Amino acid sequence: MIRVVLPAHLKSLAHAGDEVQVDLEGVVTMSAVLSAIEARYPMLLGTIRDRATHKRRPHIRYFACERDLSHDAPDTPLPEAVARGTEPLLIVGAMSGG
Amino acid sequence: MSSVRVLVGTRKGAFVLDSDGTRKSWRVSGPHFAGWEIYHVKGSPVDPNRLYASQSSSWSGQVMQRSDDGGGTWETVGNDFTYDGVPGTHQWYDGTPHPWEFARVWHLEPSLTDRETVYAGVEDAALFRSTDGGATWSELSGLRTHTTGSSWQPGAGGMCLHTILLDPSDPQRIFTAISAAGAFRSDDAGATWRPINRGLKSDQIPDPDAEVGHCVHRIAFHPSRPNVLFMQKHWDVMRSDNAGESWVEVSGNLPTDFGFPIDVNANDPETIYVVPIKSDAEHFPLEGKLRVYRSRTGGNEWEALTNGLPQANCYVNVLRDAMSVDSLDPCGIYFGTTGGAVYVSPDGGDSWSAIVHDLPAVLSVEVQTLP
Repeated sequence: MIRVVLPAHLKSLAHAGDEVQVDLEGVVTMSAVLSAIEARYPMLLGTIRDRATHKRRPHIRYFACERDLSHDAPDTPLPEAVARGTEPLLIVGAMSGG
Repeated sequence: MSSVRVLVGTRKGAFVLDSDGTRKSWRVSGPHFAGWEIYHVKGSPVDPNRLYASQSSSWSGQVMQRSDDGGGTWETVGNDFTYDGVPGTHQWYDGTPHPWEFARVWHLEPSLTDRETVYAGVEDAALFRSTDGGATWSELSGLRTHTTGSSWQPGAGGMCLHTILLDPSDPQRIFTAISAAGAFRSDDAGATWRPINRGLKSDQIPDPDAEVGHCVHRIAFHPSRPNVLFMQKHWDVMRSDNAGESWVEVSGNLPTDFGFPIDVNANDPETIYVVPIKSDAEHFPLEGKLRVYRSRTGGNEWEALTNGLPQANCYVNVLRDAMSVDSLDPCGIYFGTTGGAVYVSPDGGDSWSAIVHDLPAVLSVEVQTLP
């Protein structure tokens, strides 16, 4: 079970709690996690990554295990602790905007 | 007794303001979509409880919302605004070609005849239509692919399609306006378009009377007389009596003819309203006095309306989609400011009061007159 923490605006948009949990088979990658989240919460389509290109939105960041994973290739395996569910994947609104 | 519902979009959420027909006492609900920019909320003329809202943020992009109970509850609908075909380029600020990129929905215009059909004006400038209540969107690409499209250039606020007028007397006719391309008209329900900017003069562009390139801020008409258009341009208030074939300036005695919104009294198609703003460099009222100007002659002769509006130290702006009128008699006039106030005049502009103040900056104001 993968644990994902959404930014506050997206939690309310998805009517989700503090953590979203998704189950994945196979290699746990950012791309796979986001696809699973979007399948469960279709209202989040386009709000984290571009709907067509899957490019991360400029002011969204991905953190886990005290690392910034934002610039990793989307098919890079996520840290083992995230794949095991002992650490959450944090999807974060960058410190920008007003 | 009739009632009114005012739909307010702000930088940090939407608010719904309700009153009976006296328009004296108000109930305020919100913020809806707290923390998000709400560029526009508008109701269907066919079913006033069907509302559409444009919700966006710089972090998470565009989200579309729909309500079937007048704003009590909302449902997320489709946000896939994909340009038709290969989008091509328009001019960037520095004159170089720049790919068309969707940024946000500025304006929503529900159909006059079908509650499931709604038009969306977007940045970068294009017109989309949904016929399934906002679930899916298709571009009416004849506008963006007009032969002049590659020469369009954004205004300071982005290259936005901000005005959509549906002609009640001719379902084939649609007017749009784009900053900074100008006004356009379709006579075939949005399939093909042509610029309608003859008579506009803009000293800020290389050819002041060019076919396109004018920063049109807003167009309005009275629904009973859709061939008579009123325009607030970057500078100049304009009028057309032939559905945009030609325009004449009607700024007359306005103290400044820069501004954003313009609207028409529901009970008199020759009575129009603007909010003069000092200049393109100083987006606030002259002398710190918030004054609406009314013309009862369709332009040229204007009077200042000040009763109940702040007349000292007021340095707010009133944005292009932030003025609206109800259809009661006397006509109610409404506008919102970047300082977070929404003002109402229940008597056609003679007197004003703040329904609310200290909201986030107001981006849009729409009014529904309910039976």
